[in-house]
Amino acid sequence: MFSDYSTAELLSIFAMQGFAGLILFSVFVLMALGLAIIFGQMGVINMAHGEFMILGAYVTYLISNLFSEYMPALFSMYFFLAMIVAFFVTGALGAFVEWAMIRHLYKRPLDTLLATWGLSLILQQTYRTVFGAREVGVSLPDWLMGSVPLTDIIEIPINGLFVMGLTLIISVAVYLLMYKSQFGGQVRAVVQNRPMAGAVGINTEKTDRFTFALGCGIAGIAGSAFTMVGSTGPTAGQLYIVDTFLVVVFGGAQSLLGTIASAFTISQAQSTMEFFLSGSMAKVLTLLVVVGILMLRPQGLFALKIRH
Amino acid sequence: MSMQNIRAFMPRQDLIAFLVLAVVIFIAMPLAMDIFRLNLVGKYLTYAFVAVGLVLCWGYGGILSLGQGVFFGLGGYCMAMFLKLESSTPEATAIQSTPGIPDFMDWNQITEIPWFWEPFHSLPLALIAVLIVPTIFAYIIGVAMFKRRVGGVYFAIITQAVASILTILIIGQQGYTGGVNGITDLRTLLGWDIRSDSAKYVLYFVNGILLFACLLFAQYVRKSKLGRILLAMREREDRVRFTGYDVSNFKIFVFCLGAAFSAIGGAMFTLQVGFMSPSFVGIVPSIEMVIFCAVGGRMSIIGAVYGTLVVNWAKTSFSESFPELWLFAMGALFIGVVMAFPSGLAGLYRNHVGPFIEKSYKRLRLSYENYRKPDNLVTSD
Repeated sequence: MFSDYSTAELLSIFAMQGFAGLILFSVFVLMALGLAIIFGQMGVINMAHGEFMILGAYVTYLISNLFSEYMPALFSMYFFLAMIVAFFVTGALGAFVEWAMIRHLYKRPLDTLLATWGLSLILQQTYRTVFGAREVGVSLPDWLMGSVPLTDIIEIPINGLFVMGLTLIISVAVYLLMYKSQFGGQVRAVVQNRPMAGAVGINTEKTDRFTFALGCGIAGIAGSAFTMVGSTGPTAGQLYIVDTFLVVVFGGAQSLLGTIASAFTISQAQSTMEFFLSGSMAKVLTLLVVVGILMLRPQGLFALKIRH
Repeated sequence: MSMQNIRAFMPRQDLIAFLVLAVVIFIAMPLAMDIFRLNLVGKYLTYAFVAVGLVLCWGYGGILSLGQGVFFGLGGYCMAMFLKLESSTPEATAIQSTPGIPDFMDWNQITEIPWFWEPFHSLPLALIAVLIVPTIFAYIIGVAMFKRRVGGVYFAIITQAVASILTILIIGQQGYTGGVNGITDLRTLLGWDIRSDSAKYVLYFVNGILLFACLLFAQYVRKSKLGRILLAMREREDRVRFTGYDVSNFKIFVFCLGAAFSAIGGAMFTLQVGFMSPSFVGIVPSIEMVIFCAVGGRMSIIGAVYGTLVVNWAKTSFSESFPELWLFAMGALFIGVVMAFPSGLAGLYRNHVGPFIEKSYKRLRLSYENYRKPDNLVTSD
């Protein structure tokens, strides 16, 4: 399949597909970070994670409309406000869901899976009722449009670069929060030994709620970023949820580094193969390889030793 | 089998439940409904095969598979491939550029029948494939996962990924599988028109009998030593392992059994509905099948059948009158069943309806006995 192309062409194909893969990688990382925090730290499967992401996307859509309606002068900056609002709105919904539903089900992880699936159905239908079944897109501010020519064949779109930069900043922020702050210390203490963490005075219930809200909030930011590269529909979240779960499981549930590494592997493999095979076969092959590796190494790429 | 064995296999209460279900399926439904509605019930009952399998896997074994649609679909596709080949005779497909092959292959510029379609020219081979293909597939997944002690949510996610992979594969390879439309326009089984009303009646009863065969087998598993080991495993897997049992083999067995049940359901679906498509394979149908089982009661095989009927009946009538409300109702059902009624309809019956019937029955019997007592009889000298 490589014989039809010259070496220079192959290189630029790999570079272009590699870059497309990097955008996919950014969305994966943002979604998977939130999921990894919730699943890895709390052992809760949140099937509605995709819908939390879409909520962030809809918030961004609303705010961009708001700006273009009332404050066209500030339109170029709407995205930053949208991201922050998306974070807090989804985070608040997350905290509410944790309080109303998840905390009653900590002992029954499989049931959480079903209950959050039910939540995802309700959210999807809510979006459909409120925003309509058709996909909506935001208009990008001028400074995010266009692309940077690298060579005469390779061009890099600016919105892609921006999403990647954003992903980098958020990943670093999450790392600092989880490994350098007091809150992160508490979360990790609760994961490693819940009764002991409680005994030394950590409010484990509150920690759980904040962790869940944080994971959902990051999903909201992911949704915000998602509007930069694609349009948003009520069921868009479901398209990503299985991939994202595989990313988290493949990376090793408790390891943030593993999540990023596996998001990178999966997205690069998929987008490079997509050029040579049809899109669906590329996805089938990628998922098959991931499932195959998971069968050989169920704990994922990077496993953390935990005493149960 | 001695009388005692039979009683251990089928206690009085279970026997009554089986009999009531038999009356509902074989007498009440066919009498009360026209053939259109009965055919619809027959379709729902094919999902009940999956739900019964899930009771054993999930309720007893603690293995939640979110990919049962895979086995339902594989069984259904095996049946559909046979029916499609039968209806694609050179005479019937004379207008195609290659007569004698299924129409969707012709549309996709395929000129000869692919090798894996060849066995499906014969009905016995196709029927064997209905059972064997999904079971072997389940066996491979089961060995790979359970031998390495993967379980719980990891297993659920991986089965979900498998369902997703198979759906994408079927849709992507439309020349070989019929793509997103599936395998449609199935007419005859060995020359017998399966679309006629009489055939629908016959298929409904065949479906019911097969369902009861699966139910009896599931009952046997429940009441045997195997059922006890499954329960013990669900509660304390390590202890069962320390006692000397190879836990993974039991899990593999029950997973394969659930797959085989689902496959029978899938094949009966194809026969009764007349087509098979990837929309019964993927993530959404698979997780809906879990909710049929959960609504019925995850520990009750009979409850699973009722759960399937109730949810599907609600789905049909809701989507007819309030289509936009259905997803809300379905979502609320998922949350409500998990949070408020973890033991489903069977639990409601056991805790409320059952004791009530028992009490009324006792009261009735008591008054009857009082009536029969000699001193109550009015005697005149």
